[in-house]
Amino acid sequence: MEASFESTDPFTPDTLHIAVVAAGLSDPSSTSLLGKQLADATADALSQRGYRPEMHQFELREVATDIADSLVTSSRSERLDEIIKEVEQADGIIAVSPVFKASYSGLFKSFWDLVDNDALTGVPIQLGATGGSPRHSLVIDTAMRPLFSYLRMRVMPTGVYAATEDWGTAKTDSNSNEAYLSRRIVRAGDDLTDVVTRLDPRPRRAPSQPKELEVIPFEQLLNGPDK
Amino acid sequence: MYFRFEILFIEGYTLGSSELKYFIRGNLMQFGIFTIGDVTPDPHTGKAPSENQRIKDTVKIAKHAEQAGFEVFATGQHHNPPFVAPGNPPVLLSYLAAQTENLILSTSTTLITTMDPVRLAEDYAYLQHLSDGRMDLAMGRGNTGPVYPWFGKDIRQGIPLAVENYNLLYRLWREAEVDWEGRFRTPLQQFTSTPRPLDDVPPFVWHGSIRSPEIAEQAAYYGDGFFHNNIFWNKEHVVQMVQLYRQRYEYYGHGKAHQAYVALGGQTFMREKSQDAWNEFRPYFDNAPVYGHGPSMEDFTKMTPLTVGSPEQVIERTLEFRQWVGDYQRQMFLIDHAGLPTKDVLEQIDLFGEKVLPALRKEFAKGRPDDVPSAPTHEFLKERQAAGNAPVAGGGVGSKAYEERQKAQEDKAE
Repeated sequence: MEASFESTDPFTPDTLHIAVVAAGLSDPSSTSLLGKQLADATADALSQRGYRPEMHQFELREVATDIADSLVTSSRSERLDEIIKEVEQADGIIAVSPVFKASYSGLFKSFWDLVDNDALTGVPIQLGATGGSPRHSLVIDTAMRPLFSYLRMRVMPTGVYAATEDWGTAKTDSNSNEAYLSRRIVRAGDDLTDVVTRLDPRPRRAPSQPKELEVIPFEQLLNGPDK
Repeated sequence: MYFRFEILFIEGYTLGSSELKYFIRGNLMQFGIFTIGDVTPDPHTGKAPSENQRIKDTVKIAKHAEQAGFEVFATGQHHNPPFVAPGNPPVLLSYLAAQTENLILSTSTTLITTMDPVRLAEDYAYLQHLSDGRMDLAMGRGNTGPVYPWFGKDIRQGIPLAVENYNLLYRLWREAEVDWEGRFRTPLQQFTSTPRPLDDVPPFVWHGSIRSPEIAEQAAYYGDGFFHNNIFWNKEHVVQMVQLYRQRYEYYGHGKAHQAYVALGGQTFMREKSQDAWNEFRPYFDNAPVYGHGPSMEDFTKMTPLTVGSPEQVIERTLEFRQWVGDYQRQMFLIDHAGLPTKDVLEQIDLFGEKVLPALRKEFAKGRPDDVPSAPTHEFLKERQAAGNAPVAGGGVGSKAYEERQKAQEDKAE
């Protein structure tokens, strides 16, 4: 069956939607902060290229119990459902997790466990992680990247890892090492923008419109595709 | 159907043709209860009923449901504790056929994936004879993963198994001699399944699925019914799946979308006063393996059709389902859940009989277009077949599916 919904928002065809998923556990949290900064950098880069960025920022801690409930009973709260829907139809995604026990947090994984296997195929994603020490910086590549490779997403080549010490040294001089985090964030925003703007905008549904189900004609199910 | 029948005679009517049609067509909607046969401890005593007790009580519940005015009783199929739903539902349903007069006996569901379709054809046809046609069945793929390997099947083949097995079952009930070869069972040469279906009319089949569009498509393809057991799922899934089924039903030319056969699930606990229901059910909800230790009862009743409250609230909530899926044919309720004592379950059934069912019948009938078919019965299927109106699998002449097939063939020939 043909998908019947309109591609993108007909009133603002130059809008690109970026979903930011942050799995920080406290409030305020450095993970959310990194998520916001990556979002700002991406929004700036998109604006500079003439697009209208629409950022959807989600804090998983606010739906932590909804996520847990959904895992054990397969019922989904409205709030969580809205987040998942927005993430599943985003043009680009920024995902940020704190590092716990040599990997992303359990909350972070639990959220992605609820996303449809095929919903994000080919969607660009920029990764970020925070931790107490710079020694965990490979978590982005050893733990996060495989998760999104599994979802067949376009994972940006360089993620942004922010250790606690990175937050205390930001300065205005963009050439000094001290501003390294800010520069890395800007570059990450540029990278994501490069890829997002090269792809067609993804179809969006009206808020009331459920996701279209795909049908394989029954003859094909019964006899195989070639008959 | 029996309801109409009584009215006609009590009031001394003779059957006119339109009334006869009604009689044959049966009730607009059927209401039923379904069980998954869980053996769950009562949180107040910590004790679970014995398997023997639970099995005997299932019979008691079914008989009580009939007396209260329910049309349907359906049993699940289970192969693992803590469930004592039969491994082969006709075992229980045949016994119930002998113990009841009018109740339609059905399943919730029959595992089309791990059962041999030949045995399904034989056992359910036998049940059809014993029950004088008071039976139908709902096909499901099951939700207990290890059942597949226990029966030598591969869970990754769930959909292909459902597709192939049902196709064979469909043919066994309709063709006297079947030549068949497939991927999942040994081939058949000139095989005749016995007994033949009662009056040569195969039982009505509902295809159950929560969110696999393939199964909605399967139901539409054959012109069968679609059962969405929405007890754990959000409204959106229910709406989408039923919509898809209805559209495809029309595409395959079995009728208009609004004429397709839809059944829904639901689960309730009632007391005359809403607050009593909440207080009484909460310990059961909180401790039952299927409900408890997740969302609160408040959230769960918002997210799923679980309705805890007064009969009026159950009526109101159930009537909402029509706004989700359109006029439909069958509403099933799960009420022997969460370790409720049998005594309470029987009281629930009484409340349904006295308050809920009469109101639902009246309200669901209001504004229901005449061309929406009634809930299917054997008598109806028999008449439909005699009139040459049985659905043609895949769409007969005049259907959009048929046209497209013709066109594809012509294009190929050119």
